Amino acid sequence: MDLSPKIPSGAIQEKWDRHRFEMKLVNPANKRRHRVIVVGTGLAGGAAAATMGELGYRVDCFTYHDSPRRAHSIAAQGGINAAKNYQNDGDSIWRLFHDTVKGGDFRSREANVYRLAQISVEIIDQCVAQGVPFAREYSGLLANRSFGGAQVSRTFYARGQTGQQLLLGVYQALERQIKAGTVSMHNRHEMMDLIVVDGKARGIVTRNLVSGAVETWLADAVVLGTGGYSNVFYLSTNAMKCNVTAAWRAHRRGAGFANPCYTQIHPTCIPQAGEYQSKLTLMSESLRNDGRIWVPKQSGDSRAPNDIPEEERDYYLERMYPAFGNLVPRDLASRRAKDMADRGHGVGPTGYGVYLDFAEAIQRLGRDGVAERYGNLFDIYERITGEDPYGVPMRIYPAPHYTMGGLWVDYDLMTTLPGLHAIGECNFSDHGANRLGASALMQGLADGYFIVPNTIGNYIARNPVEPVDVDHPDVRRAEDEVRGRIDRLVNLNGTRTVDSIHRELGRLMWDECGMSRDAAGLRKALAQIPELRQEFWENGVVIGDGDRLNQSLERAGRIADFLELGELMCRDALLREESCGGHFRQEHQTPEGEAQRDDANFMHVSVWEYTGANSEPVEHREGLEFAHVPPSTRSYK
Amino acid sequence: MAATGALLVLFVLGHMAGNLKAYQGASKFNAYAEFLRDFGAPVFGHGQFLWLARVALLAAVLVHIVAALQLSRRSRLARPVRYKKTPHEELTYASRTMRWGGVILLLFVVYHILHLTTGTAHADFVAGDAYRNLVVGFQAWPVSAVYMVAMIALGFHLYHGVWSGFQTLGWDNPRFAPYRRAVAGAIALLVVIGNLSFPIAVLTGVLRV
Amino acid sequence: MKLTLHVWRQDGPDAKGRFERHEASDVSEHMSFLEMLDVLNQRLIEAGREPIAWEDDCREGICGSCGVVINGKPHGPQRATATCQLHMRSFSDGDEIWIEPWRAGPFPVVRDLIVDRSAFDRIIAAGGFIGARTGSAPEANSVPVSKEDAEWAMDAAACIGCGACVAVCPNASAMLFTAAKVSHLNALPQGEPEGLARVLEMIEQMDGEGFGSCTNTGACEIACPKEISIDVIARLNRDYLRAMRAGTA
Ligand SMILES: Cc1cc2nc3c(=O)[nH]c(=O)nc-3n(C[C@H](O)[C@H](O)[C@H](O)COP(=O)(O)OP(=O)(O)OC[C@H]3O[C@@H](n4cnc5c(N)ncnc54)[C@H](O)[C@@H]3O)c2cc1C
Ligand code: HEM
Ligand code: HEM
Ligand code: SF4
Ligand code: F3S
Ligand code: FES
Repeated sequence: MDLSPKIPSGAIQEKWDRHRFEMKLVNPANKRRHRVIVVGTGLAGGAAAATMGELGYRVDCFTYHDSPRRAHSIAAQGGINAAKNYQNDGDSIWRLFHDTVKGGDFRSREANVYRLAQISVEIIDQCVAQGVPFAREYSGLLANRSFGGAQVSRTFYARGQTGQQLLLGVYQALERQIKAGTVSMHNRHEMMDLIVVDGKARGIVTRNLVSGAVETWLADAVVLGTGGYSNVFYLSTNAMKCNVTAAWRAHRRGAGFANPCYTQIHPTCIPQAGEYQSKLTLMSESLRNDGRIWVPKQSGDSRAPNDIPEEERDYYLERMYPAFGNLVPRDLASRRAKDMADRGHGVGPTGYGVYLDFAEAIQRLGRDGVAERYGNLFDIYERITGEDPYGVPMRIYPAPHYTMGGLWVDYDLMTTLPGLHAIGECNFSDHGANRLGASALMQGLADGYFIVPNTIGNYIARNPVEPVDVDHPDVRRAEDEVRGRIDRLVNLNGTRTVDSIHRELGRLMWDECGMSRDAAGLRKALAQIPELRQEFWENGVVIGDGDRLNQSLERAGRIADFLELGELMCRDALLREESCGGHFRQEHQTPEGEAQRDDANFMHVSVWEYTGANSEPVEHREGLEFAHVPPSTRSYK
Repeated sequence: MAATGALLVLFVLGHMAGNLKAYQGASKFNAYAEFLRDFGAPVFGHGQFLWLARVALLAAVLVHIVAALQLSRRSRLARPVRYKKTPHEELTYASRTMRWGGVILLLFVVYHILHLTTGTAHADFVAGDAYRNLVVGFQAWPVSAVYMVAMIALGFHLYHGVWSGFQTLGWDNPRFAPYRRAVAGAIALLVVIGNLSFPIAVLTGVLRV
Repeated sequence: MKLTLHVWRQDGPDAKGRFERHEASDVSEHMSFLEMLDVLNQRLIEAGREPIAWEDDCREGICGSCGVVINGKPHGPQRATATCQLHMRSFSDGDEIWIEPWRAGPFPVVRDLIVDRSAFDRIIAAGGFIGARTGSAPEANSVPVSKEDAEWAMDAAACIGCGACVAVCPNASAMLFTAAKVSHLNALPQGEPEGLARVLEMIEQMDGEGFGSCTNTGACEIACPKEISIDVIARLNRDYLRAMRAGTA
């Protein structure tokens, strides 16, 4: 597996410019003759499709949603980072670069991160020109806030709907190209497999989710912008349909999968209420700016929160991290909450929750002051839980939220499979072992608007491909395999719903490969997942046929892939004998219980190669170097 | 729709204002009726301008009705399958009754013309004595009742119609926007009260032959 | 609690639909409406019966995927709440609940409670964008936008494209959806140059899709989960008349 990142030479500030200069360009008149497939219409995929359409390529764009506007990017609330330094508070491209590398716990590639910080500035320009209604000050100029513990205010936002507004900008640009005829949009089409001809990605096989038709689409290059895989945990903050199928199928066809165990757990979600729960709702992290987190000092204390006197409350984050208090990074806040719950201090009906209390803030700011800052979040909370957070402390608990791992890509965002590019959350690139708040939106748009439309041209210009047609044996084979798989799925006639199997997988992953992991637990999971997979294929049930809209079939296919991915995640977590970012191994912690990195042995990306259904995957490594941001240990004491 | 509606609103307002002359007595009122016929002289002969106005009015009503029919047709086509449960309470009563209210108004106008203009539907019609025709007409309580029902229907139609007109004409200037509902209500109320007063005044004996 | 559900079932756009009766027992008030249906579906699957098809994704009221008519109300009884955020607290034991899809000609039923809303995409494609090529944008702060305009634009831009406005409108008009987008873009200096063409093209597309005409009944703003105000419709009409005048002048 070739893991050369192909980082351009030169000073880090000049790499991207130089690279663009050295790229081979596709003759504008010829662009029309090149087809590109883009799967996904989130910030990454949608921006890429629209921009490549503008450039003149013939783009076929796919989503399983009924409209490109539904992609999960729509749900992002908090904001998007950019090194504009509009606040004159010392921000710069260099600082954003620095923060992102450090935030990623020194497990990302410096050159990529630098480019991301550089492009961040252009993203805001682009979005404003498209009419994204970012928050503004009375001067009419753009407003910023500080986010996720950053020491500068560099986050741009549109109320609590930043992801929505950015995605609508993308969607509108995409619709414009659809109208112009440069992009053919295929809604309600799910990518089921990747077509590889002569070692190059040349197309995809889709299932039309309405008619059930299995179809083949061919192109010169394929771009995946298919999002993250947090739903392997069953309960996560991701949308119900988020899944790993596209990336996983590409992996099975030869694309290396990098750092699958790097997952981010978000500390402020509304806890699970019951067995029937279908997903978890994120509450913006900003709540931690004024809310105080506590649990009862006495374990198993079942009194109502307001009956617990002040001296019997443990404000554990303030106690353990006096400098940062409730504002410690996501991974710390999450892990500490889990510790508390595991030791019996958890609150709420399930015991998996901690209090986030605004009583003090209400005293300080007044009820109206709190309402002004957090009113809409309080409303969301009340709508879901039926409790009034002005009177009773909120209950929160961590939940899976984002996956830093994904398809390995080089500097050009190309996977190990020539022609196959991966952008947005579905690649592994810029966040290392932990993503900073408000950086995923930035990365998705950087990849989609500014990077891949350029690098794809370079790839196409340098790699002329022979035309293939649908009768090519490799094409036929991919299509037949998809049909075979659908047949197998619709013929599942057991007694157990596939969702119940998914729930079981999720619980296992959460317990053993969630917020903290240890070798014994991971081994246990590695033993149980194959059994669960067997249960799925022997005892699962799918109702109905493949030749029409069948949601039970759609879900089954996605769960089948999660059942394979879960195993790889555990394998990766087991192999990484250190703690870094979102990956916390019980065995590797400081005496105070903080994560302990092992830079000597693990300063690398683990990239997994698929070797077949019945053989173990092989790990390859891309070494990382930190020439500009010297590795240091995080400290929030 | 908005244009013809606006014309009709102006007519109704003017018509009501004219009818208020009834309170000044028979001669003033009949003079007013006569004045309508002489209006526009010497360019127009006796009754000519009135006829012109009638034609314009008729045209407005026809266009208004045709537009209403088109709207209804579009709506029907746009929802080929109806709901089992219809979300009624989402709508104001006035907006929900525009179409039936319109039909009532149409029937009323026809009756009203037969009643007070041609006298066909009048028990004791004296051509040229509009005042007497009116008072005698309203003295029959069923006639008054018909008028009163129609005026209430008109009120609703106007309330929604005027507000709707503001909306359709895009009058959303922030200085004016908050008062649009109130203005529509005031116009409707004015017309209803003004027009209701006639049958009531006759029945209570305030207006007499 | 125990509930009686009457759920619309329809195999495809041309198939005849019918209501199917189901009893839902052990419904917890903490469940969301869709979780209540999830549980029902699991039971149906276990019994070897076709699960009910509906659309959802984010379950946070932001993607606009979900939406059914519950007892005659799009998105159910709670104001400013999408179907996915509706919780069973809004119902009581023994309630009878009728669940129907959006009903509008331009929204043909795909299956059961799923309708095809791609007409909305085509309305956006007709002009609901600002044609700023990637890379061509000026410095973001070079054009100030008054806070007032920015807030107005954001209010309108909050639309999630769910279609409840069409579902509730007695004319099945898509005016609120269309006007929200026109209002959002036309309120911004960046959207100004294409403003008049935008409104004409979007209206033309909207009419062409077969939506009814707005008669300003205002039902849509009450059903809208994002509380988009019908003020946006007045704004659209204003721009429309301006565009007509500009066109004929
Ligand atoms: C609740 C929440 C809040 C967040 N808040 C923030 C925030 O404030 N700031 C921030 O920076 N980040 C935030 N994030 C993270 C961020 O939103 C995501 O990482 C990012 O939007 C992912 O974008 P994407 O384009 O990569 O993928 P997505 O937006 O997930 O899009 C994936 C696309 O791929 C399509 N697709 C997938 N598989 C297939 C297939 N097999 N066939 C066809 N189509 C397929 C889907 O239909 C979809 O169109 C948040 C995430 C969540 C869950
Ligand atoms: C003669 C019979 C009439 C019929 C059949 C009729 C019918 C209608 C209908 C169907 C509408 C469409 C609005 C909707 O459906 O909600 C309407 C609107 C309206 N009508 Fe009438 N109407 C009649 C008479 C009148 C009269 C006499 C007036 C004036 C006093 C009037 C004033 C209006 C106004 C102002 C509107 C609103 C226009 C808009 O929305 O822009 N109508 N009418
Ligand atoms: C109680 C209220 C009303 C009274 C007392 C009233 C009175 C009259 C009278 C006296 C005339 C005859 C005038 C003449 O022939 O010189 C008349 C004519 C007429 N009225 Fe009314 N009217 C009332 C309400 C209305 C309303 C609400 C409408 C319309 C919606 C209306 C429409 C007409 C029309 C169209 C004519 C015929 C005009 C013509 O062609 O000469 N009236 N009305
Ligand atoms: S305007 Fe409101 S109801 Fe209509 S599509 Fe938008 S969010 Fe849904
Ligand atoms: S409900 Fe329909 S009539 Fe107009 S104001 Fe809303 S679109
Ligand atoms: S499921 Fe996304 S809005 Fe309801």
